Amino acid sequence: MQKKDIGLAVLVLTVAAVVAALNPRFLSPINLANTANLIGLFGLFSIAEAFVIVTAGIELSVGSVIALLGVLFVDMIVNQGVPWPIATVLVMVLGAVIGLLHGLLVTKMKLQPFVVTLCGLLIYRGIARFYTADGTAGFSFGDSFPWLEWVISGRTSGVPHSIVAFGVVAVASWFLLHRTVFGRHLFAVGKNEEAARFAGINTTRVIILAYVICSVLTGLSAVFFAMYTRSIHPASHGSFYELYAIAAAVLGGFSLRGGEGSIVGVVLGVILLQVLQNLVNLLGIPSSLNFAVMGGVILIGVIADTQFARYRTAKRQAAALASLNAGRAEPSGG
Amino acid sequence: MTKPPIALSLTDVTKVYPGVVALERVNLSLTGGEIVGLIGENGAGKSTLMKVLGGTIAPNAGTITVDGHDHAALTPREANDLGIAFVHQELNTFGNLDVAGNILLGREIVSAPFGTLDQAAMVRTVRPILDVLGAKFAPEDSAADLSLADQQILEVAKALSMKARLVIFDEPTSSLTVSETARLLGVMRQLRDDGVAVLFISHRLAEIEEVADRVVVLRDGKNAGDLPRADISKPRMVELMIGRNIGRDASRIAPSGTAPVLEFCAVSTTAYPSSKVDLTLYGGEILGLAGLVGAGRSELARVAFGIDPRNGGEVRVSGITLAPDSVASAIAAGLCLVPENRKEEGLILDFAVRENISLPNLGRLRRGWFVDRPAERDLGTASRDRLGIKTATLDGAVASLSGGNQQKVVLAKWLAMSPKVIIMDEPTRGIDVGAKREVYALMRALADTGVGILMISSDMEEVIGISDRVAVMSAGRVAGILDHDVISEPNILRLAVG
Repeated sequence: MQKKDIGLAVLVLTVAAVVAALNPRFLSPINLANTANLIGLFGLFSIAEAFVIVTAGIELSVGSVIALLGVLFVDMIVNQGVPWPIATVLVMVLGAVIGLLHGLLVTKMKLQPFVVTLCGLLIYRGIARFYTADGTAGFSFGDSFPWLEWVISGRTSGVPHSIVAFGVVAVASWFLLHRTVFGRHLFAVGKNEEAARFAGINTTRVIILAYVICSVLTGLSAVFFAMYTRSIHPASHGSFYELYAIAAAVLGGFSLRGGEGSIVGVVLGVILLQVLQNLVNLLGIPSSLNFAVMGGVILIGVIADTQFARYRTAKRQAAALASLNAGRAEPSGG
Repeated sequence: MTKPPIALSLTDVTKVYPGVVALERVNLSLTGGEIVGLIGENGAGKSTLMKVLGGTIAPNAGTITVDGHDHAALTPREANDLGIAFVHQELNTFGNLDVAGNILLGREIVSAPFGTLDQAAMVRTVRPILDVLGAKFAPEDSAADLSLADQQILEVAKALSMKARLVIFDEPTSSLTVSETARLLGVMRQLRDDGVAVLFISHRLAEIEEVADRVVVLRDGKNAGDLPRADISKPRMVELMIGRNIGRDASRIAPSGTAPVLEFCAVSTTAYPSSKVDLTLYGGEILGLAGLVGAGRSELARVAFGIDPRNGGEVRVSGITLAPDSVASAIAAGLCLVPENRKEEGLILDFAVRENISLPNLGRLRRGWFVDRPAERDLGTASRDRLGIKTATLDGAVASLSGGNQQKVVLAKWLAMSPKVIIMDEPTRGIDVGAKREVYALMRALADTGVGILMISSDMEEVIGISDRVAVMSAGRVAGILDHDVISEPNILRLAVG
């Protein structure tokens, strides 16, 4: 665990302790289960976003993809009679296609990720609304998919399955990003694409794969959200989720310049954001201030982080100077 | 000039970065009415010293005395107020403004009552300054249309408009023609005669010889010597810059009878599409690739390694034809490249030493999908011991190492895969003398094991001192190849200038 992650974990625990002290309902099983459910739901696409951010890219179409794929998923199982496991796989394959498209546009056409995914944000939202004729995609009264409901939105001894899925994805992602060769290549490409190319890394492939992983996970997340809301208004479903994901990743130590961050960090970031939402609800703060509280905490976190980094650099410089003054002509040998 | 001449001195100025001493107890004095030449090799500390004078870098120790007042450091604002101005190598001309607008940028003349720009007054202010300099352009001209030399004169005009008392020229002639250079040197003399202090930083020793009243030499961040006017000569300056004589071992016999390890067959680059390069490198030799900057040497290396697309021709490594545009295929065939820009292309500065070394070797250092971390660590330790990389820990960022040790890390990552051919582009640029010697020794040791080394270098001493043979490039083609016994500076230069 990196030092940054420990700092964030302390912050999460502190906020949780304060909320718990002020309102004991925070620790009630029902509140914990609900918060866990939300952590699972929002966590899936936040991890997705992290894979793109680590390459120094950005994925702005997350919310729109959740809306579009959610609409398609509901339509497939309710109206087209597609069995739900197949529909789930199809949605993730569609996600892969979207990610592949974004990756190709970014690498082969050399377009800026911000522009590509901003266009995606607009396009997928528009298609989703057109597909439903600006109506609602949902389940009719009496529609029943007991297995699907149990798998996706069910609970086992009180633990929501969404957070189980999140946990599985987080552990797999941790290994992928921090322990595999591909993960090392992701960091290298994000930090210095030119040097990565000089090291023989196929940077194009690495970047495309990052977008594919992101969109596949977003597809999985779309299924969870479809079953959570049960009816999808494509005009608003998933709105701003990409910004939520970016916030969680930044809180978790990911740099938008790429090449930095940890899965532990983004998991803690997701937890912190949900605990803050819970804080707003439980402490009777007007819910209109919700975003302001989130924004304020992120800003404070980022400022603290940069100040700490500056402090460390200054300390290193002072040490180098001290060793010079101690009489060594060439402290590093050169 | 209305202000009194400047009297500036730096005393024991020291600037330390983590792992690198950029300046160590440097002394420099400048007074109005003289031209001081500042010379030194790359990485000698010239640019750091300049930034100290400009106020963009605060030294860790030492004193800056201006007109009798001591400062620990200057701010850019203070430097400006004291009359210190710069003419940079990279020009800061705003092409979307006219000449007057450029010169008075940030100090525009406005008219009441709305604070609108008073174009007429600005032109009136600028015109006499341009006249003094003998500029061939008018205040109303668009700055985008000026030649490089005129842009430099525009910078000088800007300095004069700020009542500069010290003008620092940083490699101002590097992209000028001969007649343009002569004009700029004339401007420097004129500034001097008007009582301005001129600090002239240049690699072109002939120009320094022509114009400087005094020369200050820096080497490895330290004062290496001062030369008064009478002692300024090219050999003397070179001697102080290098601090040693690179002898060459004339008795060395170039290896013969070995097989070609790298062959260029009619290779052309997009930089010189109509030039075809044929060149053969044999195992066990160090082939120097000399030429003027812009002769197409680095471009050739990048094409061979698959970084840039190949315009035509074939590259073979030990008989294996390389796929164009594929670094992976080059590496697989046993070719590797130590690039020109260590910090941008050779290393990922924020990565640990260990991670930088393992990066191109992860294809071997893996167990399934996973990085074999113990093997990675072993490689790091072995490389550190083999190359003598001085670092406290293999887990520290490579950014904190000195230039020489960084270059060793670049070498380490390639040596780990036992290459057949190493192309080294400016292998010792910006590293200190001691590290240079270690790199040379390492190159020779590698060649002795049968590795072919193609060394691109603009450092004449290095080319002459290290190479078994020298190929000279000019305008994208190989102008000639010098065998061991005819390698000499005149022979190389004769081929290089075409």
